[in-house]
Amino acid sequence: MERDSLRQLVIAKLTGIAPEVDPESIIPDQDLRSQIDLDSMDFLNFVIALSRELGLDIPESDYSKLSTLDSSVDYLSDRLASPPGQ
Amino acid sequence: MAEFVMPSLGADMEAGTLIAWLKKPGEKVSRGEIIAEIDTDKGVIEVECFTSGVIEKLLVEPGAEVPVGTLLAIIREDGEAVAAEAPPAAPQQERIKISPLARKTAESLGVDPARIEGTGPGGRITQEDIERAAAAKSAAPPPDQSDPAARMRQAIAAAMARSKREIPHYYLGTSIDMTSRLEWMAAENLKRTVEKRLIHGVLLIDAVAKALKKFPDFNGWWTDGRFVQSPEINVGVAISLRGGGLVAPAILSADRLSVDQLMEAFRDLVQRARSGRLRSSELTGPTITVTSLGEQGVESVYGIIYPPQVALVGFGRIAERPWAVDGMLGVRSVMQASLAADHRVTDGHRGGLFLAEIARLLSEPATPSTD
Repeated sequence: MERDSLRQLVIAKLTGIAPEVDPESIIPDQDLRSQIDLDSMDFLNFVIALSRELGLDIPESDYSKLSTLDSSVDYLSDRLASPPGQ
Repeated sequence: MAEFVMPSLGADMEAGTLIAWLKKPGEKVSRGEIIAEIDTDKGVIEVECFTSGVIEKLLVEPGAEVPVGTLLAIIREDGEAVAAEAPPAAPQQERIKISPLARKTAESLGVDPARIEGTGPGGRITQEDIERAAAAKSAAPPPDQSDPAARMRQAIAAAMARSKREIPHYYLGTSIDMTSRLEWMAAENLKRTVEKRLIHGVLLIDAVAKALKKFPDFNGWWTDGRFVQSPEINVGVAISLRGGGLVAPAILSADRLSVDQLMEAFRDLVQRARSGRLRSSELTGPTITVTSLGEQGVESVYGIIYPPQVALVGFGRIAERPWAVDGMLGVRSVMQASLAADHRVTDGHRGGLFLAEIARLLSEPATPSTD
């Protein structure tokens, strides 16, 4: 998946959880939890939504890699590019 | 015949608007089945039937706003014979206890006594209540009834002001070493798919529910001048809403749920609270409230009890702290917990034991039950 498509996907999942957020207002390198006011349940739902959509198992130890919009795109892009099991 | 009335879905609710009937006259209903939708300050609430039978009559049309206690429908309970045709029952309203002088003052000041909570003996509305209500009315602009956030803020203001006015709160705090419990959760989550993972908030609810089994004097309501202990442990969970405001619906019979069932119930409750689809039993049922503000970076929470409940447990953030274990100083994950309790029901000694039990459950390495 192209990075732009991944970015749109991440934004769509975030705004699905926080519909009041203007996608244009998300600052790419700022912490998503504080920026969008995501609590643990919201964040877990965000991870579940990405996991289902992309068919990826995202371990809890990787949650920190989904802390910003940019880092989420980087992480998901790397994971999708890696062969399964790596 | 059973009467189905506009329920009171919280200490702050005065009226609700019937949005829709989900049953017609002549249809069977079961206890717990959702039969109506009502618009309140807390969003759209699905109202469950409290008995099983057949809908005899629907007395209020969708779109009507009616006070709490208004008769909405009549249900012929299982085993009852079909009633002979009778004139429609007039909507019932609770008799207002007010002196003639206070009633006259209310009329002259344009205050509706039905919307005032009396502070006199037996809840009687006094002259002072009327004057206070009139002063408040002139001082504060009425909330924009079309703005749900303003209505909710008004409802929260009423409930919290009542709590601080009526409930003699006492507060206790403690620090809890959460390390073992968090390690257990991390190990569990490692084995689980993302859909089945736990969050630490559910461990807090679990601990409070279990502690209440040993300390039932914190589980119930202050009603008619005395404490009524609840046979069920229904843990209200404070959930902030994305548009502002909060609700604290209950996870019913939380003490009987495994931690997995609690997680599922919590996830469902948050989702429905934020989409405005709570059920009446979840709003009328809480026997205690749990609030956690740790994710907002808050160290300690000293909450306001939601009347008529008699206790609220607050949790702050989990932070790494220096902590002595067996004479050795180490770094542990430590959280502040607090208890706000009603001094009419319990005292500090009892509160301390309750809080210590919560701390014990959250700090011991033993694992909560899972399914």
